[in-house]
Amino acid sequence: MSQTRFTKDHEWIKVDGNVGTVGITEFAQGQLGDIVFVEVPPAGKAVKAGGEAAVVESVKAASEVYSPVSGTVKEGNSALPDAPETVNSDPRGKGWFFKIELSDVKELDGLMDQAAYDKFVAELS
Amino acid sequence: MTMPTTASGNRGLQLEQGLIFELNTPGMTAVDLPTAPKVTERLGDMKNSQAIGLPGLSEPDVVRHYTRLSQKNYSIDSGFYPLGSCTMKHNPRLNEKMARLPGFADIHPFQPVSTVLGALELIDTCAAWLKDLTGMAAVAMSPAAGAHGELCGLMCIKSAHEANGQSHRKTILVPESAHGTNPATAALCGYAVEAIPANAEGRVDVAALKAHLRPEIAAVMITNPNTCGLFERDCIDIAKAVHDAGAYFYMDGANYNAIVGRLRIADLGVDAMHINLHKTFSTPHGGGGPGAGPTVLSAKLAPFAPVPMVVKVGERYDAEEHAGFGAAKQSYGRMKGYHGQFGVFVRAVSYMMAMGIDGLRQASGDAVLNANYLLARLSEELTPAFDGPCMHEAVFDDRFLKGTGVTTLDIAKALIDEGVHPPTMYFPLVVHGALLMEPTETESKATLDGFIESLLHLARKAKSGTAEADFKAAPMYSPRRRLDETKAARKPILRWLPPADGNGAKQAAE
Amino acid sequence: MRYLPLSDTNRREMLGAIGAASVDELFRDLPKAALASAKFALPNTASEIEVERALSTMAAKNLNCGAAPSFLGAGNYRHHTPASMDYLIQRGEFLTAYTPYQPEISQGTLQAIFEFQTQVALITGMEIANASMYDGATACAEAVAMACRVTKRSQALVSGNVHPHYRDTTATTMKFLDVGVECLAPDPYGVEDLIGRITDEYACVVVQTPGFFGHLKDYTALADACHKAGALLVVCVTEPVSLGLITPPGRIGADIVVGEGQSLAGPMSFGGPGVGLFATREKFLRQMPGRLCGETTDEDGRRGWVLTLSTREQHIRREKATSNICTNSGLIALAFSTHMTLLGEAGFTRLAQLNHAMAVTLADKVETLPGVKLLPNAFFNEFTLALPNAAAGVVEELAKRKILGGVPVSRFYPTYPELANLLLLTATETNTAADIYALVAALKEVLS
Repeated sequence: MSQTRFTKDHEWIKVDGNVGTVGITEFAQGQLGDIVFVEVPPAGKAVKAGGEAAVVESVKAASEVYSPVSGTVKEGNSALPDAPETVNSDPRGKGWFFKIELSDVKELDGLMDQAAYDKFVAELS
Repeated sequence: MTMPTTASGNRGLQLEQGLIFELNTPGMTAVDLPTAPKVTERLGDMKNSQAIGLPGLSEPDVVRHYTRLSQKNYSIDSGFYPLGSCTMKHNPRLNEKMARLPGFADIHPFQPVSTVLGALELIDTCAAWLKDLTGMAAVAMSPAAGAHGELCGLMCIKSAHEANGQSHRKTILVPESAHGTNPATAALCGYAVEAIPANAEGRVDVAALKAHLRPEIAAVMITNPNTCGLFERDCIDIAKAVHDAGAYFYMDGANYNAIVGRLRIADLGVDAMHINLHKTFSTPHGGGGPGAGPTVLSAKLAPFAPVPMVVKVGERYDAEEHAGFGAAKQSYGRMKGYHGQFGVFVRAVSYMMAMGIDGLRQASGDAVLNANYLLARLSEELTPAFDGPCMHEAVFDDRFLKGTGVTTLDIAKALIDEGVHPPTMYFPLVVHGALLMEPTETESKATLDGFIESLLHLARKAKSGTAEADFKAAPMYSPRRRLDETKAARKPILRWLPPADGNGAKQAAE
Repeated sequence: MRYLPLSDTNRREMLGAIGAASVDELFRDLPKAALASAKFALPNTASEIEVERALSTMAAKNLNCGAAPSFLGAGNYRHHTPASMDYLIQRGEFLTAYTPYQPEISQGTLQAIFEFQTQVALITGMEIANASMYDGATACAEAVAMACRVTKRSQALVSGNVHPHYRDTTATTMKFLDVGVECLAPDPYGVEDLIGRITDEYACVVVQTPGFFGHLKDYTALADACHKAGALLVVCVTEPVSLGLITPPGRIGADIVVGEGQSLAGPMSFGGPGVGLFATREKFLRQMPGRLCGETTDEDGRRGWVLTLSTREQHIRREKATSNICTNSGLIALAFSTHMTLLGEAGFTRLAQLNHAMAVTLADKVETLPGVKLLPNAFFNEFTLALPNAAAGVVEELAKRKILGGVPVSRFYPTYPELANLLLLTATETNTAADIYALVAALKEVLS
């Protein structure tokens, strides 16, 4: 059974067992506008929850993508650097950034579920 | 009426012009040179055996090329350029004439000092004006631009802390409304950066700033007048608190044009401030530079100033070019080649002399008057971000566009069709959808009235709710319409390359 | 005041619209104490003729290079400036425009930058170049900082053949970033061993070609050694005219090429403003400092140019930017580009050949003087001479004879007694056979 959680920095993580797939939310891609550059982490990179893991840039803004959880990167989405617009068109699908092996599944408890995140975003605008 | 297309792509005086690489006549040159004497080459094995790939053009073609390019630019010579933060004032041609005097232009940085005493005098004259205007103890003349001057100031500060056993101070406080150069400079000088919030009236939150002051703080960088166009009323209080905490007060002088000739920044408790000669002192921006950023220093920081420095031995000028010697005993070193932006100094001195202290004071008065006039008149339809009076620039937010579908960017692009250069957009970051306007003292009332009429018209048109499509389509009358910046960034093309089947140089794109 | 268009009537009307009684009232946020203590000792406004008189008097105290045979180099070179170049850069639309932030009305500046970037890439043999840095010395410091970002190392090795101002500027800048810059001893004989010193600690090795002392060297093997050790090779060029004749750094394996464009961009102007050239390989694009102009299309599908990849820069990335640079050297870059366009391939290579021929002519003559030794075997338009006595004194003596006879190395290295007799001499297309004759005759006299 997979579950999806969200951060206040507008990342999502979809977890199956102890492997999660991370990306940015629909709201985040909308705020950035046309995405022109993406840098994904290499496999094997160790990251901490809240630590910088990837980079996403539009013409006028640059932003770090923070890892929602601690663990080891299993794979960066190698298709993204050549097609960064995928993050705009399919942020929750083909626009994923990296897959991570979680070192502590309990960290997910500190993140928001879909309902809580929707409420969080509604309050922002 | 739709515009007819032309076979050439030209539109009357708007002439299309290809790249020089597309105008290539192989072997052509616009420069005739004397015949070289016959010699035996001494190039060792470093003689180039391959073509470079530069195009050949004749002199008339080159003159036409750049003339046509120039006609695609807006400039202060041609019209109103209220670009906030940039101080686009008139650039007197007298400055250019003076900088081209052979005694200034045709001198080498390493001639014997005895043959360039007039050049050292010129640098010292520029320094003397800046010191008198600011009341500061010293001025470092080598910084090449504003950001370089910031670096100079922070390097002096870091050196002073080190000399005083204060190396543990590793953080710089910067208001969140600051220019990007402030945090970037702090990082380049090896410092961490902490942001200080602004208060509701657009000024530094003094209480928050004081709360951030602690033994790790090396300095505070504050732009004054600030990027919201307001004077930091509490700056003397801020300076005192900063000094009491053992830190230094760096004032960013980007907006010095508002206060020049009115007060001396030394009296505010400032330890260092750069002065953009290409803003306040009328030297041309040249499409992006060169500038010069002399940095005035308090007595506490002066010993650490970079080399070279002009010194006086009796009545005779000399240059101290080496750190660790003479006047530069404690200097942190060199941060630029040669003697600084000498040609820019000549232009600035030419302006200072022409204006005089009375003229400079009148200029800051007129600059502030012009900005307040815009603030007052435009408030009829636009929404000012803060209460006045402002200093030399007026900032509006985008509340007046709420619900219209028209954005700050659209207003800016529509202003292009009105024949003026748009104000700075979306800066300062603390103002939503900001339009930052700096008219400078250069503008007549008639120019301002024309601009006001255009902008009020656009604001009313936006609010009418019927013209969103018109705004999105603007500009219509410029040499190019809106350019696709996303495309440019996704697949960057940063240079010309010969066509794949062409006969140009091919070594380039490996 | 002729630069200020407002009349007193205007001012009164405007104050009325604002609702203020006086201009002083608009300054009410300024501290009263500071307003009261502001006293200035400066003169009042001056007429155009008075300013011209004062500045012309100052300028006349200098011996300009056009008024004396001059053989000065050491990073700053006197070349002929085509009249059309100086005319074109003084067109107000170039001179008095700001950075091209509104591309629709800045296509002239932008296209010129795009052409400049291409020209710099072509002559250096590199893939990409930026829109300019302040000058060669600061560009060198930026190159080392960039090499540290690319390699994630914090140590640099700088050759003794690099211009001392480039060395000093780099060392100064890097010490504030805790990057160790090891500057090797000055190397007038061109004998230093760089390859033997490379370790995997270094982010880069910095060399110069032609070297500060004039040597032309093939750094291909050094480039290979750098790359094997995971370091970058940074090559400085202080005399870009040389690139019309010698193998470009890109072809010997340089990763970053920095340089000073002044020699092709107009007057020496006592050393500033110049224009920093910065070129590199495309794979390092994201780590590059400075502005970049890129090609795109407008709404009607027409080709145009914009500033691009700005997310590297301070106004977006702030403390994480690749550099703090904002204002660069736009107009001097335009001068460089205009001159390069006027020259074209044929003119550029001919100019380089003429420079080399004049320098060889000079070298042929001076090396026969008694007690004088020419140090570099291979050089472009500048070389080092070892004189029988201190070069600084010789230069002063020559100046008394109204000859600007080179730059003594001691000007840069006053604490190295072993360099005291070394003199840097340069010849360019601006020198005549008569100049060379005058210098040789005067040198003979001074040295005897």
